[in-house]
Amino acid sequence: MDRTQLLLGLAVALFSLGLLGVIVRRNVLVMLMCMELMLNGVILSLVTFAQQTATTVGAVLVFLIFVVATAEIALAIPIVLLLVRDKRTLDLDAYSDLKG
Amino acid sequence: MIETLLQNLETLLLLLFGVCALVAAALMIVLHQPMRVALALISTMVFLGGIYGLLGVHFIAAFQVLIYVGAVMVFMVYVIMLLEVREAEGRRYSGLLLPGLAGFVLLVGAIGISIWRSLPTQHETVGSTGYGISAFSISFLNDYWLHFELTSVLLLAAVAAALAVIRISRRADNKRRHG
Repeated sequence: MDRTQLLLGLAVALFSLGLLGVIVRRNVLVMLMCMELMLNGVILSLVTFAQQTATTVGAVLVFLIFVVATAEIALAIPIVLLLVRDKRTLDLDAYSDLKG
Repeated sequence: MIETLLQNLETLLLLLFGVCALVAAALMIVLHQPMRVALALISTMVFLGGIYGLLGVHFIAAFQVLIYVGAVMVFMVYVIMLLEVREAEGRRYSGLLLPGLAGFVLLVGAIGISIWRSLPTQHETVGSTGYGISAFSISFLNDYWLHFELTSVLLLAAVAAALAVIRISRRADNKRRHG
């Protein structure tokens, strides 16, 4: 088992743990943080592949993911704040009327 | 395998950081309080930053600590303290716990087995080719300038959307006050 496999395994584990958290947890903020964990797993895999092929394109994609993550948080947090001000809870079950 | 690991301290450190990151990520699923989950996520990110540093991409490690830990997670911790919503002592998990766990095991198993089997090992060894910020910047602004412009457009769109959310919130406030 070489380093590439180790790092890719870690990336898959981080992504899957994040996905599990998004599916399983009920707290809205915790779900947001689990999404960040998924992005971190993707970044780790991109860095590993960029190192393996010795190109900079992976680093460019990592930079793009950083920007996307920042924009996501900057948008998601105000929306969560609005929701919480309305219902006074972070529990996801309280927002089931958003189903439409 | 253990002898080769012991011969290479860098690999050992990589393994240590990886295990720590994995444990912190698992704690995120288990812990109850959002603040503790945020601290676990911060430690995962710091350990990942250490891994990037070991791999030789120091500027990504710096980005990781500056942007993720310094900006995103501080914002998150601030919001957790601001909201301070007391959760009822109740269920931590939704009803999808068992299907979620089954899907997790299947996903990790399937991709893990495919990584174990199919990856060619004759490529460059990871960590042998560290490139600095100058090579990255030259490549970024010459070859990938469109992506650079796209990030600025994306940030502008995010600012516009945040302003729209604030406007919605003000309108709701006014309606509540007058109606």
